[in-house]
Amino acid sequence: MSEQTTAQVEHEEYEAQTEHGAHDHPGERTYVGIALILAVLTAAEVATYYFEDQLGGLLVPSLIIMMIVKFFLVVAWFMHLRFDSNLFTRMFVSGLLLAVGVYLAALATFRFFG
Amino acid sequence: MSVSEQTAAPAGAVPEGAAHVAHDATTPAHHTSTGLSNEKLAMWLFLGSECLLFGGLISTFLLYRTREVTAGPPVGDIYDIPFTSVSSFVLLMSSLTMVLALSSIQRADHRRARTWLLTTALLGATFVAGQVYEFTTFVREGLGYTTNLQGSAFYTLTGFHGVHVTLGILMLLSLFVMSLRGRLPSGRAETVEIVGLYWHFVDIVWIIIFTLVYLIPA
Repeated sequence: MSEQTTAQVEHEEYEAQTEHGAHDHPGERTYVGIALILAVLTAAEVATYYFEDQLGGLLVPSLIIMMIVKFFLVVAWFMHLRFDSNLFTRMFVSGLLLAVGVYLAALATFRFFG
Repeated sequence: MSVSEQTAAPAGAVPEGAAHVAHDATTPAHHTSTGLSNEKLAMWLFLGSECLLFGGLISTFLLYRTREVTAGPPVGDIYDIPFTSVSSFVLLMSSLTMVLALSSIQRADHRRARTWLLTTALLGATFVAGQVYEFTTFVREGLGYTTNLQGSAFYTLTGFHGVHVTLGILMLLSLFVMSLRGRLPSGRAETVEIVGLYWHFVDIVWIIIFTLVYLIPA
């Protein structure tokens, strides 16, 4: 069996194991595209450090928005939540919401009793 | 499958179009009550609980960083933002190499998969090395672990994250060795995917830390 045929057979076996009722993962070009967007957003975030005074009140909201977009891109595309079962999304979001709840509870505690 | 068969796959053996591989989330191949992979479900459950761990640590830092410092420098005064930006970029790009490793193994291109796994581990190691350098610089500047509350919260948060990255590197190197020994065929691509989930999680935690801890002024 030639080298190329071996790889193709192995790939076909993998697909045969996983194809029924399945979703598609994106291709490598899509991954590189997402990484480019992430790189641009990171550069924009770092740029805010040098233009802190000019941005004024826009600084914090713009940083938070860029952070959320980056977070969403990695979770949805690189972690495949966009293509996966909703159960995984629910589990992850539950943990995330609990974490935000813990922060808000701690913040409230320090504000009122600190 | 023998080692020679696994390593025989030449780069690009399967065309790019085949990269759109089927996903196993709802496949009948998983004979479980949910129809999902138990291992993957366990990893997502674990990541959900990790959100709480890092949520607690980030909350602690955010609450303490506005407190008045009685000893040592305030942590915000000694940040080296350009240096940390480069570290952040390195970790972000390791997420790309991780998905490329998964894509390669799904296409049975084991040589490329090993290259991307090793690259991801090296990028992770670069990030950890940067963190060690940052910590030693901070200590030289007079901010020890117990100097003030800000310092304690900062070292605990970023230290915990660094330990997670280090564990991820060990997992990646294990996958690399497994692949070299021919024990990571395409049929076990889910193992790479699960390690990848952990790795991406470590990356998104840093995305939050970089913004909330480093970039947003106290």
